[in-house]
Amino acid sequence: MAGSTLKKFDPKKFDESKAQHLLNRAGFGGTERQIAILAKMGLDKSVEYIIEYKRITDPSPVQSEDFDNDIMRPLTNSERQIVKKARQGGDEAALETFRQERQRRQRADRKQIAEMEEWWIKRLIETPRPLEEKLTLFWHGHFTTGYRTIENSFHMYQQNAFFRTHAMGNFKEDLVRGIVHDPAMIQYLNNHQNRKESPNENLARELMELFTLGEGEGYTEDDIKEGARTLTGYTFKDDAFAFQSRQHDDGVKTIFGRRGQFDGDDFVNLIFTKPSASTFIIWKLYRFFINDLPHGPTPDATKFVGQLASVFKRSNWNIKSVIKAMLLSEHFYDEENIRSIIKSPIQLIVQAMRTINPPDRKKLLRTLSLASNLMGQKLFAPPSVKGWDGGRSWISTSTMFMRQNTLLFLITGQRPDGYAWDADGSKYDAISLLGGRTKSPKQAVRYLLTNVLCNPSVQQEREDALLDYLKTQRNVIDNRTVTGLLTLITAMPEYQLS
Amino acid sequence: MTHHHHHEDENMSTGNENAYSRRLFMQQGMVFLSMATTVPSFLQNSAHGIMLPVGSLVTSQAGVPDDRVLVVIQLAGGNDGLNTVVPYGSRDYYNNRSQLAIGAPGNSRSNAGSALSIPGADGIGLHPNLTGLRELIDGGQAAIVQGVGYPNPNRSHFTSTDIWQTGNHSAQGYGWLGKYFDNTCAGKPNPKGSIAIGSKAPLALHGKTQKAVNFETEELFRWAGKSSDDSLAATYDDINRLETMQGVSKDSQLDFLVRTSLDAQVSSDRIRKAVQKQPLVKYPDGQLSQQLQMIASMIRADLPTRVYYASLGGFDTHANQLNSHANLMRQVGDSLNAFQKDVSAQGNGGKVLTMMFSEFGRRVAQNGSAGTDHGTAAPMFLIGDMVKPGLLGMHPSVTKLDEGDLIYNTDFRQVYATVLSDWMGADDKAILGKTYTKANVLK
Repeated sequence: MAGSTLKKFDPKKFDESKAQHLLNRAGFGGTERQIAILAKMGLDKSVEYIIEYKRITDPSPVQSEDFDNDIMRPLTNSERQIVKKARQGGDEAALETFRQERQRRQRADRKQIAEMEEWWIKRLIETPRPLEEKLTLFWHGHFTTGYRTIENSFHMYQQNAFFRTHAMGNFKEDLVRGIVHDPAMIQYLNNHQNRKESPNENLARELMELFTLGEGEGYTEDDIKEGARTLTGYTFKDDAFAFQSRQHDDGVKTIFGRRGQFDGDDFVNLIFTKPSASTFIIWKLYRFFINDLPHGPTPDATKFVGQLASVFKRSNWNIKSVIKAMLLSEHFYDEENIRSIIKSPIQLIVQAMRTINPPDRKKLLRTLSLASNLMGQKLFAPPSVKGWDGGRSWISTSTMFMRQNTLLFLITGQRPDGYAWDADGSKYDAISLLGGRTKSPKQAVRYLLTNVLCNPSVQQEREDALLDYLKTQRNVIDNRTVTGLLTLITAMPEYQLS
Repeated sequence: MTHHHHHEDENMSTGNENAYSRRLFMQQGMVFLSMATTVPSFLQNSAHGIMLPVGSLVTSQAGVPDDRVLVVIQLAGGNDGLNTVVPYGSRDYYNNRSQLAIGAPGNSRSNAGSALSIPGADGIGLHPNLTGLRELIDGGQAAIVQGVGYPNPNRSHFTSTDIWQTGNHSAQGYGWLGKYFDNTCAGKPNPKGSIAIGSKAPLALHGKTQKAVNFETEELFRWAGKSSDDSLAATYDDINRLETMQGVSKDSQLDFLVRTSLDAQVSSDRIRKAVQKQPLVKYPDGQLSQQLQMIASMIRADLPTRVYYASLGGFDTHANQLNSHANLMRQVGDSLNAFQKDVSAQGNGGKVLTMMFSEFGRRVAQNGSAGTDHGTAAPMFLIGDMVKPGLLGMHPSVTKLDEGDLIYNTDFRQVYATVLSDWMGADDKAILGKTYTKANVLK
């Protein structure tokens, strides 16, 4: 339906298919039962339930004790003295001991980040607050920081917890202001090297280009240089932000034509006076939650983003207000926007785990983290400062097979190297997906197209292909044939869409 | 607000309702054991990553045969050029690298070994493990372009790689070989044009319309469900081999997915069939060797592909580099040697030009950990019957440095321009956006 806007969606039209769309986009899909309950609750209560997720008890709250903060700790003063002496005295043996200790710590830290990756995948799969994790993933891709650059897993963990805490917080006050004080980000964008005498522009540049305004939107190279001066001395000590006043340039700066003795907090305030501060992040949320726009902005999208940007500005940069308005809007439920986003690798595997109930295969989490990497999305390691490009960039001839084979592995245990099904010994109770009801071939196929492919209106060719497969199995509906149907459905190009 | 109580009454939960999570939770508790040992081998193998590209049918310029092939090899991480092409005649080389310097030919005192001499070259030799490359030089099939780089060198792996891949100092825009296809195929994508080996096609092969086919290994480049059940396989083919579907509009998301899936299916058959053949020569072990063997097989099978892309990682040698770099040199020299022998035995020696580069070289002085940090200019290599063999250009000075780094004397785009125009028969200026003086590297 062309012309849909931010106007509220008609609650009478909120049925199972719309509830399913809501769960796919605001989270990672849902079971038939979850969808039915939401549909019964209706539009307003469903959106409220999903958004007010803090009312739902978190069974495994994030605690800093979950991980070791000591692995990459800085050297103590006495250690530093010993190294200094060894250097001066040419004591190679002592230096070698320190080198080996450092290498041991780096190995331990790489092990910890691998555990953290699995920990997050597990959270994504298990959380009763899917929107919280989905937004945490969004912010991770937006305020990109990569482990390979900073080599400090605990700082990655702290940043992840920060995103989760402020997932629906205030964009300006919580998220942007917070991120310029975040040790992982400070290190990733070299702000610990941004000193009065030798400014480093990296954070100042990305703060405007990638985090708030968009490339070249309302600022000049001089604004970057002056902005960098405001952020001098913003560094970290061990695991916490530190302001080094001796490294800070407290002179007068000119930013966006305004003069003052600005510091980094003033810089953030100034950025939010620019028009694109209210639209840039909204476009990004739009591409993540509504439509990834492979051909660029459409007139409807542009109008909708304009309306949503007003809500954003009126709410004083409140993300929750934006998400709520979005999930209640007629545009969100527009047929044009349903099944219009290519699933990220994380969406693909988490949604599969949460909806088709595969068995917990051996080393499942390790396997999923490796598979997501091969599909192009390694958590805590986005490919560059731009994060993940998303959309069609997820798909290549190689990742297409990788996606199909990962689902095949979840469903059957089958590996590309040719071992038998159920090679790891765990059986998949596929038939229970049908809800324990006996179904005719046609009913079974329709049921799976609706609940697994999330696309009951798929082209007739698809339905016919599945029915033909069942015919070769003498139309028996049992664990084996339902497993077969699932491997085929998850190998459909349509399955890549959300 | 008590809505959530109301919901709980209805047993609503947006949590994972599957038995999976409960079982997993009980088994693992809060302890995260290392899971490294029983990862499925298909994932483990591929996590190491390999890259190969396949080429295309391209309308060539008059006089340029359209079966010419370019193979690009990327040494990822920054290859130490000074320990690859060794300036053993320079005192400063030894002064800067007390633990790492390779001795002059015949000098057995250095624990880094002694360099291989290069016929006609004075004071410059090869890493002792590059015997395979030396043999190619002797056979008139290998050229070394010395001191290749670009102005204002960038020392970030990612940015410098993008600079090499786009041919653009801002590291922005499409890949130089993608632009080659965009330019020569009248704006139509040519899925048979380029093949990369790896889970991602490199930026070099991405054009505005051109997309490369890429795959990691033969066994990963197919749907694994096929082997188990014939009727499943038939239905899978029904689903993934459709070129178009009723009611799917052109270039919609679904159309894009259907087409990519079709490209994957079609190239899977051809590529897998091609690479399953035994090569004509024995290849050494190793990732680069494996990739080059697959590329040679595809060339032999006459795939209509003009550009292949392979890569080998591990060159970021910041610490204790002697052994690791020596192993890489052995692998590089021996793999190139086997590959060239293979294509020659196929009768394709005159059709295949191989070009090898790294995103940067390393600093002249070794660091405190018996390794080297990110540097600048480094040698590029060209292999094939059509190259001017031996050392080309000047070795960059080890004495006159720019803040401890070598100063380049050939811009890599001069080499690209030569390859594009004189080998591929393309308009190098249109592709590179500027006229570069040709490097005199081909016969």
